[in-house]
This record gives sequence, C-alpha cells and structure tokens, in this order.
Amino acid sequence: MSAREQAESVRWGAEDPSGLLEAALEGARADDFNCFVTVDTDASPGDDDGLLAGQPVAVKDSITTEGLETTVGSKILKGYEPVFDAYVVERLREEGATVVGKTNCDEFCMGSTTETSAFGPTRNPLDPSLVPGGSSGGSGAAVAAGHVDLALGSDTGGSVRNPAAFTSTVGLKPTYGLLSRYGLIPYADSLETVGPMTRTVEDCALLLSAIGGRDPRDSTSRGERKRYEPTGLDEPVRVGVIEELVEGSDDGVKREVRDAVSSLDDAGHDAETVEMEGLDHVVSAYYVLAMSEASSNLARYDGVRYGAGPNERGRYDEVFAKVRGDNFGDEVKRRIMLGTYALSEGYSDRYYRKALLARRLIADEFDRLFSKVDLLLSPTMPVEPFRLGEALEDPLRMYLSDVCTVPANLAGIPAISVPAEEGEAVGVQLMGPEFSEELLLDAAREVELVR
Amino acid sequence: MPVIGLEVHAQLRTDSKLFCGCSTDYHDAEPNTHTCEVCLGMPGALPVMNESALDFGLRVSLALGCEVVEEQLFYRKNYFYPDLPKNFQITQYEFPVGVDGSITIQAGDGERAVGVRRVHLEEDPGRIVHMRNRSLLDYNRSGVPLLEIVTEPDMESPEEGREFLQRLRTTLEYLGVFEPLDGAMRADANVSIEGGSRVEVKNISSHRGAERALRYEITRQRNMLKRGSEAVLETRHFDEETGVTRPMRTKEEEADYRYFPEPNLPLIRVDEGMAGAAAEGVPELPDQRRERFREEYGVTDEHAKRLTAEKELADFYEDVAEAVEPRAAASHVVDELLGELNYRELSLDEWFEGVGRETAVEWETEIVEMLRGGEITDVSATDVLRDVLDEGRSPAAVVDEKGLTMEGADEALKCVEEVIGEHRETVEDYLSGKEEALNFLVGQVVRRSRGKISPREASDLFDERLEEEK
Repeated sequence: MSAREQAESVRWGAEDPSGLLEAALEGARADDFNCFVTVDTDASPGDDDGLLAGQPVAVKDSITTEGLETTVGSKILKGYEPVFDAYVVERLREEGATVVGKTNCDEFCMGSTTETSAFGPTRNPLDPSLVPGGSSGGSGAAVAAGHVDLALGSDTGGSVRNPAAFTSTVGLKPTYGLLSRYGLIPYADSLETVGPMTRTVEDCALLLSAIGGRDPRDSTSRGERKRYEPTGLDEPVRVGVIEELVEGSDDGVKREVRDAVSSLDDAGHDAETVEMEGLDHVVSAYYVLAMSEASSNLARYDGVRYGAGPNERGRYDEVFAKVRGDNFGDEVKRRIMLGTYALSEGYSDRYYRKALLARRLIADEFDRLFSKVDLLLSPTMPVEPFRLGEALEDPLRMYLSDVCTVPANLAGIPAISVPAEEGEAVGVQLMGPEFSEELLLDAAREVELVR
Repeated sequence: MPVIGLEVHAQLRTDSKLFCGCSTDYHDAEPNTHTCEVCLGMPGALPVMNESALDFGLRVSLALGCEVVEEQLFYRKNYFYPDLPKNFQITQYEFPVGVDGSITIQAGDGERAVGVRRVHLEEDPGRIVHMRNRSLLDYNRSGVPLLEIVTEPDMESPEEGREFLQRLRTTLEYLGVFEPLDGAMRADANVSIEGGSRVEVKNISSHRGAERALRYEITRQRNMLKRGSEAVLETRHFDEETGVTRPMRTKEEEADYRYFPEPNLPLIRVDEGMAGAAAEGVPELPDQRRERFREEYGVTDEHAKRLTAEKELADFYEDVAEAVEPRAAASHVVDELLGELNYRELSLDEWFEGVGRETAVEWETEIVEMLRGGEITDVSATDVLRDVLDEGRSPAAVVDEKGLTMEGADEALKCVEEVIGEHRETVEDYLSGKEEALNFLVGQVVRRSRGKISPREASDLFDERLEEEK
C-alpha cells in the first residue's frame, strides 16, 4: 500500500496512526542497515487528518527537529537539540505525519556514499556490501528497507537523487526556492534544497505537496503550496537525451538508461539526442562554489554555543582550533580548506568568480535546451553503487561521479531520479525548467508505467 | 597638517533586529534574553531583511546628500571571533545604501564639507565582557542594525573630528533613526600627519573621546617625526580611561575577510516607492532649521546655531517661542538656561525627566514672560531660574515666596541703598579692594529683610549698584 492509500485509510478511520508508528519504530530500532542515527522512541502518533494522516516519516539529520538531536552526521554536533523545527518538518506535522527518527548522512552532507558520517556508514538494503549513495543515504535506505514509505533528504549536488538511484527509490530535487530551507542545516545555501524520497512517484508527489508553501523566514522561498497528482503523460513530450552523459556511464547504467529511453519512445514520446555544452566544467564549478560556501557556513561550529567542546579552556582561537580539529572529519576539513582557499584574496578571481561565471553559462545552456525540448534525460549516476570503502580511497572519482546531478543544482532547476527498472540500482534522471515539477512528476510516473 | 578620516558605526533604533524579530530594546535587559536562533547563528536559521532598517539607511543617505544605490547586496565578512555567532558578519560591501555625500562642519573661521564616501548596513556583533581569566558573552546586541558611515580623509584637526561626530549625531537624531544610548555610536579613525603613514585608531566611543584620541595620536606621530622616526602603518586601540592609543596585535589586522555574497538575502532593488517613502521620512535638517530660525524668529545666527545643534533643544525652543517673543526666548534659553543646565551637568532630557517636558516648557515660558513684562529684573530672573532647576518649583511660586516681583525688587534695592547710606565706611573699604567688607554689607541686607532677600541676590545687587563707584 502506498503512503497515499494509507493516509486515506487513516482519514477514513480504517487504519490507526499509532499502529503505523509502532511498526515504523520497530523497523527503525532494529535498523539492520544503519539508516537511523536517532530514533524518536517518544514520538507521538500522527494525526488522523491531513495529506499525510498518520504517516511515519524519516527525516535526514541535516534538517532540524525541535528537541530531537540533530547532528548532520558530525561529532561536532553530538548532543545538539535544535530549539526549532525546520519549516518542512512543521509542514509534516501539520499534515498529520510523525517524525520517526533522523537518518544517517555524510558528515555535513559532504559525500556521495554516506560513509563520511561520524556514526558509521549506512549499508544498501539491495546489497549490504554496497553503499546506499549519499549524502541522503540513510533516507534512501530507510525507504528501500521498508521502514518508512516517506523520507526527507536534502540535495546540494545530487544528495537526494544519488541515493535514490543507488537504492532503487524515487528522489526529487525541486526547483531552488520551491521549498523553504528554514531549518536545513547549510552546506552550500545557493545550491541546496530539501527533497522528498519515496518508493513511488505518486508518494513523492504527495510528500512534495505536503511540505510546499511560501515561508517568510526564507527570503529565497518562492513556492506556492500545490497538490501534485501525477498520472503519467497524456500528450507526447519531447525528451532530450544528453548523450555525453549516457555514453560516459558504466555499461550496466548505459544499458538500463537506453532501455528506458526506448520504452518512452515506444510509448509515443519524442526522444532525441542533445548536446549539452559546458559539461566539462560542471563538477569543478560545483565543488568550488559548494566548498566556498561551506567554508563560511561551517565556521559557526566553534564549541562556544552548542555541540562539542564546551569545556575546553584557553584563548579563543586555540579553543576553536582544538574543537574543530578534534571533531570535524577528514572530508569536511578537506572541503573547508579548499573553500577557504578558493575565496582568499588573490585566488577568488581565479576560482570563486570563475565558478560563478560557469554557473551562469550552465543556466543559459539549460535555457537554450529547454527552448527545444520539454525535458532532459540522463543517468542519475554514471556508475553503479560503490562497494563500501571504495569511494573513500579515491575521492576524486567520487567527485566526478556527480557530473550528472550537479548541473541541476547549479542552474536551480528541478530534477528527479526514478529507477530505470524496479529493484535495480540505476536511476533515470529527468530535468525540467524552473517550477516544472508537475510535468516532471508526470514524466517520472510515465517511466514507471512504461519501463 | 594632520589628515583625518572617520568610520562611524551608529545603531539604528528600529524596533527589531536587522535579520530577525528580536527586540532591540535590550539596554536594561539580562544578558542573552533578546536572542533567537537567527541572531545566535544556530544551524538552519536564515536571515530576513528588516525593511525598516533599510528605510532608515535610505533616510540617512538622503539627508547626507548621498546617491542612493539602486541595487544593493549583502556580503559575508568571514573572520573568527567569539562575539560573532556565525563567525561571519553579514554586511554590505560593494553595493551599500548610499555613496558620495557630505556633512558641513565648522572649520576654523569658515565651514567645510566633509565627504561621506559610503553609508552601509551591517549587523552588530555580540558583546564580550572580559573577566580576569574568562570572558562572558552577551548576544543581546547581536544582529542589531548598524549603519556604517565612512568619510573621506577631509578633516584636519581633532576639533573637526569632534565637530563631525556631533553634526552626524544631530542629523541622525533629527531623522529619528538614532537614540544616543550607551555604545550606540562608535568610531574608528584614520590619522596621518605629513610625511607619515596612516594609522587606524579603533574603539572611540564618544565625541570627547574622539577629540582626545585624535589629539593623542597626532602628538604621538609628531613626536616620532621630531625624533627622526616615522609612524608605521598599523592599527591602534584607544583606551578611553587613560586617553592613550596602543598598538593592537598584528595578527588582528592581517585579516583576509573572504567576502562573498550572502546567498540567503536576495538583491535589494530600491524602487521609487521605497526612495519616496524614505524621502518623506527626512524632516527639516539642522542647517535648514537654523536658517528658518533666523528668518522666522529673527534670532541671531549664533542663537540659531546653538538652538538647532540638538533636536530636543530646537523643539523645546519652538514650543517656548510659540507663546512669548521669540528673540527674548532665544536669548534666555541660550544665554541663561543652557548655562545653568550646563553648570549643573544636567541635560535637557534629564530636566524633562524630572519635571515633565510640558511643565519645563511652561516654566521657561513664564520666566521669559515675566522678564519681558518687566515683572522681574534680569537678576531676579536668574535667581528664579536657579530655584526652578534646583528645587523643581514653578517660577510663579518662587517669585511669590521670595517677593521677587518688581515691587519686591524695589524694596530690595531700597534696603541696599539704606545699608549703603548707613555703612559708608565699610562701602569705602570694599571699593578700595577689601572683598570681605561685602560679606558684612550682605549680612546687613539679609538681616534687615528677614531673609526675604537671599545673600546671593543681595550680593548681586551690591555688585550692580557699586559698579559705577568702583
């Protein structure tokens, strides 16, 4: 039963919110794949009313929950209990849902495998020797393992879509500004957004409908609350297949994605190959911008006000250095250092400003492409899931595997990952122009129907 | 000739902070009680622009004759310090509120326009209280809107620096955007003398402090030059208590702030509506008011200048001048009232707080009226004013009780004449320079009037009467 159907039963009184919560808590407590870093054993059952009536939801640990420990997978926030709910969490509760627990992620969302978490790696329910992707790997795995039907992730450069692909679930990165980021602990504000992660496109649309709406506390929030009910595509659409990204992928990925394209073609849609300019630069532009913003965003973790290190003594700069040195992991330190460098006097022209320029060019390139086609298609990940430990040894390879997902973050456009085949760890990514979520969800539903 | 430029930080008196809803009314509050997730920089909290701070900034820019920047942007200034909850400060950088304005100051015998390079908004950090071996943090101030006003290096003396700060403060007060509370205005100065490097002096927190800091720094640099050395490019800290500037640790000046645009605050577009609303918020400014006082009330330029130097005073004067002859009011307020207040180290505000502003206006009006109507003499008027200020009684009551009416004044004068007539010898002693002789004469008058005439008044009367004979 989908979450949508289940919520319907709850509203009719046929299903009991406390039973749903109990079942979810049981799975979360057992947690064979280390999906959760915190389980809210005191959670009260959801409401019997609202879009998400009675639904247990798993929330990525990068999203604040009032009074419930929130660490973003980092030792430096161990024990930190936010004093406020993120806007999207408020919305979940208003729509009758309940938060079961917080899901594991790469430390400060910096990683594509959920292995840089200070609380150990999450394993892929499809095959425990594989990573679930990241950084929202805990949410992807919690859905794939069946602990919940609905989970929230956050996506800075692919962190929702990547684990969706690797765990064979659905993940949407909405248009920048569609969802409030109030309460999303920042890695790189200008790139990231909250995103729904579910087993089906229908539930993805349901979750998106619930958490939407304009939030005056986030000045970049531009969305309207809206009910999305994808049914597939009634009319043929023009789908531009980004050939370079398909061709550059591993064989298994290539095969699955080409199959999905043929299925769309067979269903009467117009799939054509397109060239996308500038793909050579997207990964470097993305990492320069993300790391630059991160170097500033993560400066606040100094042990003074919350989190690790309140008992350190010494001069302030020594205390800061010790707290940060002891509690940030290697990947976080690497990105802070690189970002600091990229923003430094004498270097920011060469790195930060150049990356901004590249970002503008990518956005222009998307505009050009969307004047020709309705949607763009590519693999979500050019590779199949890494084995545990594999990516940590070769961070550059891990960074490069973000080539398909980062363009949408750079341009702020929506992108969705839907399994090429049920149960297979290959995702098909569809991208559309700003605020084209309705079309995107219909198209993703179409992929589910025709694959 | 020294060259001086100032960077002034003034807190804006908006109701709430620059990026959150916390109240700015924290001056009497317990530490860390005016805070929230935003001004404490908690992870996930986001800043939202306070429209009224922008409006205040626009008003100031317009009042200083600045060109308003139509597209403004906030940046992050990154540096680690415990008073900064995010370890970066959100501030305007390349695109401030206004650029290229000026303030006219008195310089020597003439006037000079001091250029204002830029006016920009930023958030105030928290406050650190250093104890013997620990430091306490109070974030009540964190996020209060600050307006930074940066001048061109157009000032040439400590007096001019002080004058600039005074003018700026008056303007901000006139605009209703500033409240002169403790620490609400702070300044850094750039000072150099011919043949020397520029030295930055930080931590100036009053007009007087500015003058002292500048004077100290200029003398220091001149002395170095005399000894054949030269001031080096550095940042120095002014210690208000000792009046001395000291070098700061070099580490603190070699900062690379890694500015980049704050991604959570969209570009601000100042449209005609906003600019128009701000223009409406700019009232008559001190210089314009001074001009009007001269024209409308016929007061001297000196009086007009003194009266408009503070908004509170100018308002007070206008209320008094509404009821009595404006020139008489001006000279009494400037020549008598201000002097007496100053002698008592009492500000106009403090006097108002004591008796109520309306009453103060009423009493001042009464004194000027009685003086104009010839009911009391200049001498008694001063006496009355002193009692009004010291004892908080109405002029009428004082006059009544002391018999200071012209009638009473005649009595007193008669009494003084009688004493002079009866003690001619003592009078001669006094006139020949024996100051103590006056005490005896005053004593006689006080006794004869049974205390109705005060020693002070008697002494004044003798002075006046015997002036001719001296």
